[in-house]
Amino acid sequence: MIPSAFDYHAPGTLDEAVALLERLGDEAKVLSGGQSLLPLLKLRLGDAGHLVDIGRIPGLTGITESDGYLRIGGATRESDLERSDLIRDRYPILLDTAIVIADPLVRNRATVGGNLAHGDPANDHPATMLALDAEVVARGPGGERIIPITDFFVGLFATALEPAEILTEIRIPVPPPRSGGAYVKLERKVGDFATAAAAAQVTLGSQGEIARAGIGLTNAGPTPIKATAAEQSLLGRQPDAEAVAEAARLAADATSPSADRRGSVEYKRDMARVLTGRAVTRAVERAGGQ
Amino acid sequence: MATHNVRITVNGEAREAAVESRLLLVHWLREELRLTGTHIGCDTTHCGACTVLLDGEPVKSCTVLAVQADGREVMTVEGLEQDGALHPLQEGFQQEHGLQCGYCTPGMLMTGRALLERNADPSEAEIREAISGNLCRCTGYVNIVKSIEYAAAKLR
Repeated sequence: MIPSAFDYHAPGTLDEAVALLERLGDEAKVLSGGQSLLPLLKLRLGDAGHLVDIGRIPGLTGITESDGYLRIGGATRESDLERSDLIRDRYPILLDTAIVIADPLVRNRATVGGNLAHGDPANDHPATMLALDAEVVARGPGGERIIPITDFFVGLFATALEPAEILTEIRIPVPPPRSGGAYVKLERKVGDFATAAAAAQVTLGSQGEIARAGIGLTNAGPTPIKATAAEQSLLGRQPDAEAVAEAARLAADATSPSADRRGSVEYKRDMARVLTGRAVTRAVERAGGQ
Repeated sequence: MATHNVRITVNGEAREAAVESRLLLVHWLREELRLTGTHIGCDTTHCGACTVLLDGEPVKSCTVLAVQADGREVMTVEGLEQDGALHPLQEGFQQEHGLQCGYCTPGMLMTGRALLERNADPSEAEIREAISGNLCRCTGYVNIVKSIEYAAAKLR
C-alpha cells in the first residue's frame, strides 16, 4: 500500500522543526518512529501534506535520572527502554510496558514520545505515565512548556499538544523508597492492542500502609483513564486482599470500553478489574510489601 | 512530486538514488534495486516478511520510508551469503527444515541474524521472543527455533 503523496522534511534542530511546523500548519504531521503514523497513512485513514521527521534531531533521545526526575527523551525508542539497565533495575513498570508494545521489530523504531503523542487510548505508555504522575515537556513557537500527564489526553487521538509543538521529553518524579509499580496487559497475541491493561504504582508508608497510589487503564474508553477513585480508596490502608479488591472494583467502574472483536463491554470491564487487582498486588510486592 | 537524493549502503555497497518522499523502503529494495528476496506479506506492520536490518537492527521495511534510511546501512537476505557460501543461518534452515513455503523465511533469517549478533547463545525462550514479530503459518515455529539454534552452535 502506498500513502498519498506528501513532502518529507528532516530538520537538523528543534528550532528548525518547530519553525517548519508553524509554517506548514495543519498540513504537517510530526514523524518520529513512524510505527503508528506510517500504517495510518498507508491505509489512508489519515492524510498529511508534509511529514516533519524529528528522528535526525540530536538530543531527543536518552534515559537519565537528574534533579529528582527520570527523563526520557521523546524520540527514545521502546527497544532502548527495554535494554536500559536503569529501567530494568529501578523502573520495572516501564520495562513491563515496553516489552508488551507491538513486537520486537516494531520496538526498534517506535518511540516513547510517539506512543503518547499519538493519543491512542489503546497504546500502553499512557496508562503507565498516568500511574507514575509523569509530565510531558513540549517545545513550540513560544518556547518550552510542561504539561501534567493528567491534562495531556483530551480526546480520542487528541492530546494537549498544539499543532506546532513537539514532545521533547517525558519526566517522571523519582519515586521515594518503598515504591513499586507494575503493568499487566491482556492481549490475544503478540502485537495486539490490549483487550484490557492496568498500570499501578504505589508507595508504602512506615506501617506498610499505602501512602500513595497511581492507577492507569489502557483501552478502556475514548482516552487513557486515571482511576482516581480506585487510587483514593487505597490511601492509608494496608494492601490486603480486601483493599485490593475494592480498588479493582472502583477501577472497573471508571471504564467505558467499546465492544469489538476483543470482547464485550462486560468482559472488558471485568478484565480491567482483574488486571487492576494483579497490577496493584505486583506493585505492592515490588515496593517490598507482602 | 517531492523527491530526495539519498545515499544508502545496501549489503555493503553504497547506492545513490532519487526517491519520492512516500516511497517505502521495501518498495525501493524490491522494485528499484530488484532485491526481491525481501518479501511483502501483510503490508500492515504485522507479519515481518519484509524484515531487513537497518544499521544492524531488524525493522519492518514496509513501515520505514526509503528517505528515512538516508545515510544508513541496510542489509537484506541477499547480503547473508558470502562468496557462494551460505550463512550458517541459511544452512540451519535447510538442515533443520526451518521452512515450508518460504514466505516468512527472509524475515526470519534477518531477525535471527540480529539476535545472534547480540546474543551468541540464546535460549529457546529468547529465540521465541526475538521472532515474535515474524509470523510463520507453516512450521509451527519448532523447526525455526531449531534452525536458529543450529546456526548459533555453528557460529560459536
